[in-house]
Amino acid sequence: MTVLCLVELDGTGAADASLRALTFAREVAGPGGQLAVAVFGEDGALAGGAQAGGAQAGGAPAGEELAAYGVTDAYVTGPGQVAGYAPVAWARVLAGLASQTGADAVLAAGTDRGSEVMAHLGALTGLPMAANCVSASRGPGGAGTWQIVRQRWAGLLLEDAELESSPALATVATDTVAPVPAAAPATLAVHAHQPELADGDLAVRATESATRSGGVSLATARVVVGGGRGVGGPDGFAPLEELASLLGGVVGVSRVVTSEGWRPHKQQVGQTGTKITPELYLACGISGAIQHIAGCASAKHIVAVNSDPAAPILSHAEYAVIGDLHKVIPALVAAIKARGSH
Amino acid sequence: MEILVCVKRVPQVGGKIVVTADGQDVDTRMAGFAMSPHEECAVEEAIQITERLGGSVSVLTLGPPEAAEQLREALALGAGRAVLLETDGSEWGPVATAGEIAAEARRRDGDGQGYDLLLLGNEAADTGDYQVGVRVAHALGWPCATGIKGIEIADGTVRARREYRGAEELFEFGLPAVITVKEGINLPRYPSLPGRLRAKRAVIETHQPQWRPDGLRKQALRVPETERKQATVLGDGEDAVPALLSLLDELGVLP
Repeated sequence: MTVLCLVELDGTGAADASLRALTFAREVAGPGGQLAVAVFGEDGALAGGAQAGGAQAGGAPAGEELAAYGVTDAYVTGPGQVAGYAPVAWARVLAGLASQTGADAVLAAGTDRGSEVMAHLGALTGLPMAANCVSASRGPGGAGTWQIVRQRWAGLLLEDAELESSPALATVATDTVAPVPAAAPATLAVHAHQPELADGDLAVRATESATRSGGVSLATARVVVGGGRGVGGPDGFAPLEELASLLGGVVGVSRVVTSEGWRPHKQQVGQTGTKITPELYLACGISGAIQHIAGCASAKHIVAVNSDPAAPILSHAEYAVIGDLHKVIPALVAAIKARGSH
Repeated sequence: MEILVCVKRVPQVGGKIVVTADGQDVDTRMAGFAMSPHEECAVEEAIQITERLGGSVSVLTLGPPEAAEQLREALALGAGRAVLLETDGSEWGPVATAGEIAAEARRRDGDGQGYDLLLLGNEAADTGDYQVGVRVAHALGWPCATGIKGIEIADGTVRARREYRGAEELFEFGLPAVITVKEGINLPRYPSLPGRLRAKRAVIETHQPQWRPDGLRKQALRVPETERKQATVLGDGEDAVPALLSLLDELGVLP
């Protein structure tokens, strides 16, 4: 099969989420299948290696990465055609490339941009779009039918579904697919793509207005110290902050904490906040509502500090301390400091 | 400024999510229902915009008769008018849902009271399709931005902000438009007592759209198989600190 996948760039390489989507796309294409990608050369990672109208081998460093993931053809739309992120224009480019390559499926990572572009592609083509798929394969009805598994409730539920669409449009639930290069790298041809855009496709375009804030981000922190209702109020977070900073991590909170206005929403871990993937999640005074678990289930180790031995968080945690976080956390902070001064 | 907010009634699941025996739905016998979280913020945002710029807020839902409850929640907060696209409880796909929302916008336009802005949640908590707003925008030929966490409107132009990899990106476009928002754009207010009384008495405009199949057909829902753990208890209270400290040491997270 031929599969077309949107690849988002992050600096000079493909974004981690896109590598996961490519791994999924390669599975869908199957042995001997064609894996083509659409890239927008916003930072010239691939565009530098492309020649107008022609194709050439290689292209580094994102080019090498794409070849390692089994990509046979990369279609690069340069900033002269589409400058920066314009969701409708990106979808229009995918629609054109889907026809040009005869793609059986068009995929993107289920990121903010991937989901948005695929929704536009669905609307432009009038086709259904399956969001956050965990697997997809040819359905019993043959070409144009698909058997898919997709996430609902941010992954707390799975849906088995039948998709009837040619091509199939889907986003990939990237938290369930690890990024794995192909057994053998493909020979990559890089094509400079000249898209045909329609009037108004560039009407909505992103301008980046703020630079990244410094410090550790919740999504990528190695340690997250979580605080929930048990913290008791906006003034109870100081020991958690101190512990997080000692461990080189950040504080994350449950939904009740942001709904009460105790902490800003950007610190929320969960279905409507951030999904975290730390080495350690230390959940303090968090009961463990399932929407919160949706955000922290990918933590490598979960340790709960809770005064209630029957709290649901204990069936998701590996270890637990039964007790009042207001006593346990300051004592832990003191113990870490004492250890450091030896 | 005439704003339509589209909301969805979803089950309030607590510590556990359970699927019905036939695998077709979430078991809601023990659950309450609520407005999907991003949409609570869409209602709040619409009210704040009309408080600044004047105009009124309509709220719409497509769902069973009981979804009137979520419309009344929005009315209690300050929406002035409510539209129920009443279903028999069957699940509607995103394509058909978007078609009915667009039809309501055109109906209102035909009455000479067209909307300037449609607000939706970025995705529904339950089905998570991530596309209804975008499809509505295409059906109406309006610009659209999704996942928005800040809206400013001046002189018919919208500036919509969203987070992008720890930074922020900005979209600018004209009205009328469709915007989907994420929780965190604001902190929703609580309903006032007069608001609740007004909501109780309000008449809900009801239509009964015809269900249409989607190209994506649900076969069954299931809870993913995960390792059910029961935490190993390290100890009680401060007495557990030495054990906790050596665990952190083992995990390699100590300074």
